[in-house]
Amino acid sequence: MMPDVMRDLLTVIAGIGGVLVVASAIGFVLQRRFSPDGGNAAIENLNDRIRAWWVMAIILSIAFLGGQNGVILLFAICSFAALREFMTLTNATRADHRTLAAAFFVVLPVQYYLVWIDWYGLYSIFIPVYVFLLLPVVSALSGVTRNFLVRVAEMQWALMICVFCVSHVPALMDLNIPGYQGRGVLLLAFLVIVVQLSDVLQYVWGKLIGRRKIAPVLSPSKTVEGFVGGALSATLIGAGLWWMTPFGPVGAAMMSLLITVMGFLGGLVMSAIKRDRGVKDWGHTIAGHGGFIDRLDSVIFSAPIFFHVTRYVWGVA
Amino acid sequence: MSLLRQFAARPLSWGITAFARLLTAVQPVWQGIDPLAGRPRVYFANHVSHGDFVLIWAVLPPRRREMTRPVAGADYWRKGRLRRFVGEAVFRSLLIERDPNGRSGDPVGQMAVALDGGDSLILFPEGTRNLGDEPLLDFKSGLYWLAKARPEVDFVPVWIDNLNRVLPKGAVIPVPLMCRVTFGAPLHLGAEEGKEEFLTRAQNALLDLRPRPEAG
Repeated sequence: MMPDVMRDLLTVIAGIGGVLVVASAIGFVLQRRFSPDGGNAAIENLNDRIRAWWVMAIILSIAFLGGQNGVILLFAICSFAALREFMTLTNATRADHRTLAAAFFVVLPVQYYLVWIDWYGLYSIFIPVYVFLLLPVVSALSGVTRNFLVRVAEMQWALMICVFCVSHVPALMDLNIPGYQGRGVLLLAFLVIVVQLSDVLQYVWGKLIGRRKIAPVLSPSKTVEGFVGGALSATLIGAGLWWMTPFGPVGAAMMSLLITVMGFLGGLVMSAIKRDRGVKDWGHTIAGHGGFIDRLDSVIFSAPIFFHVTRYVWGVA
Repeated sequence: MSLLRQFAARPLSWGITAFARLLTAVQPVWQGIDPLAGRPRVYFANHVSHGDFVLIWAVLPPRRREMTRPVAGADYWRKGRLRRFVGEAVFRSLLIERDPNGRSGDPVGQMAVALDGGDSLILFPEGTRNLGDEPLLDFKSGLYWLAKARPEVDFVPVWIDNLNRVLPKGAVIPVPLMCRVTFGAPLHLGAEEGKEEFLTRAQNALLDLRPRPEAG
């Protein structure tokens, strides 16, 4: 890693650490004042979330410092955990066992290998074309036709969401942008920071001034005020982080708005799936947050669009 | 047991639990009983896969895990040196001869002795793996005779959810899917309760723990 990239990356990590120190301090004061005996569920959950954020920030920082290998490994693990959560809620039966095994042990590693060797022409169509056509063949050969289309469609959705979309986060490091060589890890950090900050800020604005619900059936906690406040403040912060990106201040603001809106929509879609399947969270592995998909839903929807818009406007093939 | 075997059993037990967690992210749900409360107990569970007791074992608090032994078929666990070692040294299985003609002692007596020695047991009262579409097979009578022999022991129903999808019959490669192990409120044999009555009550207590009853 070049010294200037390293310096900028360390600045970013120090910034995240600073924000978390402030968050932990606020959480501590709130707990002292309103929940000294652990009786206030909202504050306990807030502190659980902050603690989990520390762990996630540390793991992300290590991955960033590990460069492309570290980032690919981290997101491959995230894909694995997300796919495990998603497949659990599908109608896949015993007849689909081989298909599932192929999804986990062939499709997932191949997709990340293609990202690793930077073969854009194949990793951008591997799942939407090759896996799309070949996966149902494996299930068809089992000879069990009951719910066939539902089973196959769900498994393909799972792969698109959990593997294809998530793999576009590390793929950002492959982009060839004039004047931005070697700085891909900062672009990736920019995406993750803006998306996650937007989630947090929407939550905070919603708690403070949220009144009108946007989608009461899907997600009762999402409000117009929370969304607008969160999206605008995340956009402002994103604009302030323009030095991490190839975009310039105005471009960084527009891109931040884009990923914030996509992230919000991703949260809605993934909530609709959870409502349909009658679960509150995708999993239980991240204390205070739920599962991996609960934490990744906004990244999943913003990463591919962010990738392609960046590539189209700023990149060269 | 030799020191070397004990030494080798530790990392193996850790490895097996770690593998089970990686594959299933298994989550315990303690619905009707405190995981730590003392006294030996009998966990009785549905049986769909060879990995069933590993999953229960993995979610028990480490202290309780050391004192908990699965009751298993001798014919399966005596095959092969590695399986034998894992069964004896890692899980301390209580092996039962399933074929009544080859039996030396009586299984209920063996289990009662283990309970008296302070150990807890994991028991699969269906007697064999359930590979069909029924959620639960009829219980064998062993559970009743044990409850009659040791009426003070807690009989804890344990529902293992989703493991049949992880490794269905005939499959070699397990597929990663989330599993859940739900522990219900303990049962005791009633003073006037007959065999059929108790076994039906135990089966229903187990079926009631299913998170998604429609899915079986």
